[in-house]
Amino acid sequence: MSTTLAVFYLLAGLTVGSAIAVAVSRHVVYAAFALMSTLLGVAGLFVLLSADFLAVVQLLVYVGGVLVLGLFAIMLTHRIAEAEVSNRAVGRGPAAVVVGLVLAALLRALGQTEWGTAELPPPAPTTYAVGMAFLGDYALPFEVASLVLLLALVGAVVVSRKELGR
Amino acid sequence: MGEPTLLHFLVVGAILFALGLYCVLTRRNALGMLMGIELILNAANVNWVAFARYRDTGVDGQVFAIFVVMLAAAEAAVGLAIVLGLYQGFETIDVDAADRLRG
Repeated sequence: MSTTLAVFYLLAGLTVGSAIAVAVSRHVVYAAFALMSTLLGVAGLFVLLSADFLAVVQLLVYVGGVLVLGLFAIMLTHRIAEAEVSNRAVGRGPAAVVVGLVLAALLRALGQTEWGTAELPPPAPTTYAVGMAFLGDYALPFEVASLVLLLALVGAVVVSRKELGR
Repeated sequence: MGEPTLLHFLVVGAILFALGLYCVLTRRNALGMLMGIELILNAANVNWVAFARYRDTGVDGQVFAIFVVMLAAAEAAVGLAIVLGLYQGFETIDVDAADRLRG
């Protein structure tokens, strides 16, 4: 077994294991920290796929931004000190059946498809190519995305502020 | 047994997707459901990047994955704002309790 494969299994185990913890955890704070571990594992998989820029984006935006925002929301909305179950789950049986069927269908489709992979180039930095793509072929979606982010920020402020003067 | 193949990464993506779906289906906690959505988006990202690496299509897959990350950030900001509004109105973030449109 090559080193790359061993690293892959390590990262995949970390990712899937902590994703299981997210899915079944009884406490929402534990779920948030397991989600952090999942996101770190996914960032590692990106590095393994020679997507260095995307791995850094994953760390900065997801682990540094989205997750901290989520923890803030948990702290603001939960009486954390109470030890009662805060992350109740309903309908575990039917959901497990549905999800199992979906997963089986996906894995079956994956196994049966002929993927026709190209010759694998050696890992190389992709930051330059990503930047050129953003300012070339994807310039319009890039600008639209900045507008979306602005609207999301303004919308979040409008939705979450307290009504004053009422 | 040499290098990991495209199938390895796609299987990881499929498992992540299934776990995220399970999380969204079973949670009553709005924040737990949001975490399930994050899992699903990450599963999609693993697939995008794996295809970009193995199918000789340049960096298009990585660009799409960055767009997904960006939209996930916007979704998290708006979603968490809605959760805070829910908590102010209902004193809980249990989605079953939010059964009135007019507060």
